[in-house]
Amino acid sequence: MSTEIFGFDGVNVWVDGLVRVLLIVGFMTVVVMGLIYGERKILARFQQRLGPTRTGPVGLLQSVADALKLVGKEDLRPRNADAWTFELAPYLVFVPVFLGFVIVPFVLDWQVRILELGLLYFVAVTGINIVGWIMAGWGSDNRYAMIGGMRAAAQGISYELPLVLSLLAVAMVVEVPSDSATGESLRGSLNLNEIIAAQAEIPNLVWQPLVLIVFFIAALAELNRTPFDIPVGESEVVGGPFVEYSGIRWSMFFLAEYAALLIMSLIFAAVFLGGWAWPAGLFQDDPWPRWAQALLVTGKAGLFIFMVFWVRASVPRLRIDQLMSFTWKILLPLMFAQVLINGLVLVYDWPEIVLTVTGLVGVLVLVMAVDRAVRHPRPRPAPATQLEGEAAS
Amino acid sequence: MDSVGVVIAFYVLSAITIVSAASIFLLRNLVHAIVLLVVVFLGMAGLFLTLSADFIAVAQILIYAGAISVLFVFAVMLTPLASRDNGNSLYAGPGLLLGGAIAAIVVVTAFDVEWNQLTGVALEQRSFTDTIEVIGNQLLGPHVLAFEVASVLLLFALLGAIVLVTDPNNEDGTTAEEEAGKDTAVGGSE
Repeated sequence: MSTEIFGFDGVNVWVDGLVRVLLIVGFMTVVVMGLIYGERKILARFQQRLGPTRTGPVGLLQSVADALKLVGKEDLRPRNADAWTFELAPYLVFVPVFLGFVIVPFVLDWQVRILELGLLYFVAVTGINIVGWIMAGWGSDNRYAMIGGMRAAAQGISYELPLVLSLLAVAMVVEVPSDSATGESLRGSLNLNEIIAAQAEIPNLVWQPLVLIVFFIAALAELNRTPFDIPVGESEVVGGPFVEYSGIRWSMFFLAEYAALLIMSLIFAAVFLGGWAWPAGLFQDDPWPRWAQALLVTGKAGLFIFMVFWVRASVPRLRIDQLMSFTWKILLPLMFAQVLINGLVLVYDWPEIVLTVTGLVGVLVLVMAVDRAVRHPRPRPAPATQLEGEAAS
Repeated sequence: MDSVGVVIAFYVLSAITIVSAASIFLLRNLVHAIVLLVVVFLGMAGLFLTLSADFIAVAQILIYAGAISVLFVFAVMLTPLASRDNGNSLYAGPGLLLGGAIAAIVVVTAFDVEWNQLTGVALEQRSFTDTIEVIGNQLLGPHVLAFEVASVLLLFALLGAIVLVTDPNNEDGTTAEEEAGKDTAVGGSE
């Protein structure tokens, strides 16, 4: 079997796959190093510092130096650690993130594969890495790591629900180009290319403001970012599941974390901001040249990444009980309501402006709920010495 | 005939799945068993892919490898004997009997069914169409009752879990930890 890649026809499928995998690995590593530098610089600006300045011009080579140091560092394993689980856990965290890049639409026709089930595939493969976190936490034979691993699992499972529901809410109303056979316009698609093409004139940002915000919050939690960095919070569990890791294995966790941020930002740009299609579709029917599309997608993804850093610099960490009640009692009901409304709009052919209005009302409800939670915080759970009954033992 | 890649993939995935599944029963360590269970799920997802059942493959990864395995981890962590070197094999006899019975049913069914075996030109004419639309129409059309019954069952499971963890002596919904924590609460209302 043979396919076509970069204009070369008749390339063997295996060679084609290998080339794409190597390209993705290279792209990912370079961008992750850039992201780490960017995060340190941006955080430094927020905290009135300078950030890295010494290595290379304005500190640009700092990430390269860090990477070289990490590769050269000794790969330690605690004596009591469980050998297999400890050694394999970084791969189980890293590989799912890497697999997620298969469906990411960088630019028109520039991706590894166009899958009909794109969004579902993305949700499925990135969900596996929770197992890796638990393996790392349990295998390290360290209480901090164990607690961190358990927190990562609980948080990952809980926040996957609003994340999936937000993607579902968008996917169900996407307008697919009409079928030539029947002539009627179809709704609903999981194919990222179709989702982007449908937003050529108006991005989903306009129709689904609530969904966008819930996706952003759930993505922060999925990425273990502040204010949801409970599994890895240094002041509580000293780094969580990877407290015992060093050298190349630790850098794999780090690489996976930033690669997940990158992939989430690209999905955000594609699903809510129209990827490479908007606002190009406003001015002309043809898509823009590839370099302009690439700039567009980079800008949109960069916006998401900057917001993540911004939130990190501004908001303190939540407690685990606050985190859980936030997702189960606020985010999830809101997303169910949004999915219901989207369904009603689909079935009864209501004007699309209904979506915008209800979405904005939902945003208002969310803001009020958060405001109330800030004014009347949940009481802090009692210390273990004050507990009674089964919980005390 | 299928292409060579698919045939190789079938044998490799089958080997991975069967070997990991067998190891689950032989391992003494429950967490290792769970990790191998994830491998079995992924191997089965791969086998579904070789059958062009893309939706089932993705659902297998999403539900079993991603969610059910984490559920198992929590179950194992809550089990008193979940420490390393868990040496007990309870109910080995009944388990073997039940497993043998299920295996027998599967084998008999596999030989009994008229499989739609296509080769050569007939296979090539059956072009692959995406399955998700067909599955969706079937689930919300002819099989909507089964679909709804499954939803109600899951809802009851959810409610049951909430009822189980709620303290019956505490009507206002707060947990025992919060009650004890009230006097030490920092911040509080303004």
